[in-house]
Amino acid sequence: MTAGAGPPVPITAVWQALATVRDPELDEPITDLGFVASVDLDRTGAVTAELRLPTYFCAPNFAFLMVADAHDALRALPGVAAARVRLIDHFAAAEITSGVAAGGGFGAAFPETAADGRDGLDDLRRTFWRKAHAACQELLAFGLLTAGSDHAELVRLRLGDLAGRVDRAGLDRLRRRRADLGLPDGDGAPLLLGDDGTPLTAAELPIRLRIARTTRLSIEGNADWCRGLLRTRYPERSTGTAG
Amino acid sequence: MYEKDGERYFIVDGHIHFWDGTPANQANRYGTGFINCFYDYHRNLSPEHATWDLAHFQRQSEADILHDLFEVGHVDKAIFQPTYLTDFFVNGFNTTEQDGVLAEKHPDRFIVNGAFDPRDGEAGLAALERLAERWRLKGVKLYTAEWKGDSKGWLLSDPWSYRYLEKCQELGISNIHVHKGPTIYPLNRDAFDVADVDDAASAFPELNFIVEHVGLPRLEDFCWIATQEPNVYGGLAVAMPFIHTRPRYFARIIGELLYWLDDTRITFASDYAIWTPKWLVEAFVDFQIPEDLQGEYGTLTPDIKRRILGLNAARLYDIEVPAGLGPATPEPLGPPTVAAERNEAVQR
Repeated sequence: MTAGAGPPVPITAVWQALATVRDPELDEPITDLGFVASVDLDRTGAVTAELRLPTYFCAPNFAFLMVADAHDALRALPGVAAARVRLIDHFAAAEITSGVAAGGGFGAAFPETAADGRDGLDDLRRTFWRKAHAACQELLAFGLLTAGSDHAELVRLRLGDLAGRVDRAGLDRLRRRRADLGLPDGDGAPLLLGDDGTPLTAAELPIRLRIARTTRLSIEGNADWCRGLLRTRYPERSTGTAG
Repeated sequence: MYEKDGERYFIVDGHIHFWDGTPANQANRYGTGFINCFYDYHRNLSPEHATWDLAHFQRQSEADILHDLFEVGHVDKAIFQPTYLTDFFVNGFNTTEQDGVLAEKHPDRFIVNGAFDPRDGEAGLAALERLAERWRLKGVKLYTAEWKGDSKGWLLSDPWSYRYLEKCQELGISNIHVHKGPTIYPLNRDAFDVADVDDAASAFPELNFIVEHVGLPRLEDFCWIATQEPNVYGGLAVAMPFIHTRPRYFARIIGELLYWLDDTRITFASDYAIWTPKWLVEAFVDFQIPEDLQGEYGTLTPDIKRRILGLNAARLYDIEVPAGLGPATPEPLGPPTVAAERNEAVQR
């Protein structure tokens, strides 16, 4: 690229940065979900992104996390001089957009949340990381059981044993969830861990896998429902545009 | 009553409304946003022949309701679940009094439920007494996401909520319908969390807690609670219409519910006027768990469908079921054979 001929950062890099932002509840990139309504990049490297959601009343805490994460991802991109992320068509759009721009966190944007002394969203995010992690594990375990494995083997398996036995993308996903939670994610790490990092035992495995299976259905079903509502709400600009 | 292939089904629609979402009644952008959100639900999941234009969706006439539910909708009895939303709608969205007008004109068709809001304090307790006496309430619908001035919602585990639940017990209001979405409170936590229902259900074992939308989007949290609390039920409003657009997802929801709860604690609802019962009843009677999921979830028998479509709600509300419309085989003593054992086989 010739200096001065265009923006100091390619638009594809901007989309890639936005693709690192996941919906905390649905555990999928906001770009895949169709939540990025528009991206504007000017010659000075100023980026403006608009985010849209499936409903007017989508939970403001999740919305705040996505807008804030998108803002951080854009700011961290070399060549981006300024980043602005606007939430549109949402009951709390103004509070969230200006709250993220001001950088004061969720508690500053919604002062009433400070009433219980927990104005951050870290706990919320971790709750959904844990759900995503349990669902990820279960998906791999289910595949292994279907292929003939049993519970006794599952509790012995380590991540390093899984090459060629499970879907690679599923395994990568599990490692990322582990990293998010600060849980062991190396080859020596057990396949099945509790939320606190304790290896699951054969005795508790059936019930843990069963509830994780329901959790996975819930996450997958919600993602599908959100996609459907987004298509209904914005029929002219359909989903899944990763730029 | 609906009859198909020699099987007869008594239908109780456990969750309906008589609302006013017209522009004239919308108090602000929140009211507009609320009815539009419902309309998107309606458009997204309804079959084309059952999709309405926005004006029709905003307000139904008495004749519309009677037609949609009883003339063509196969419904024998319908239960009004009020949603006040007085911060969003000038006259409220769907109040006990508005519903009661129809219920009084057609007492053989409708049951009207009331509501309370624990933020109303002592005055609200007295109002609940009057409401119960006026409408002979057997149930209340609680909308924990209701805005009230600066407050954006409340929890069933709040101290004042317990005062109201005690009052319900005293007044013979035994069915507590809990509605968790779309909801935003508590702002900094998961607003769909049903843990407060768990607390209340433990504290009030004589009351029945019907979690509307079977806890969606937190099906797993709801199922987990329902396994521990025998007085927790799942209402299928919002879950039902997936039967059309996403039948496999619907099959798995039903399969999960049967696995965790059994078939005596699940109740049918259209959520009228978000959806209409005719196509939902017909589709459900025709429905079967797809073959490749039957190893995990079992199959739906006519008796399971009969309980879900009407008999379970009839039991909760003491609705008389006409002779010949009960289950072909009596209530199961233990959990049904549908899923549990077979699923364990898959996991072993």
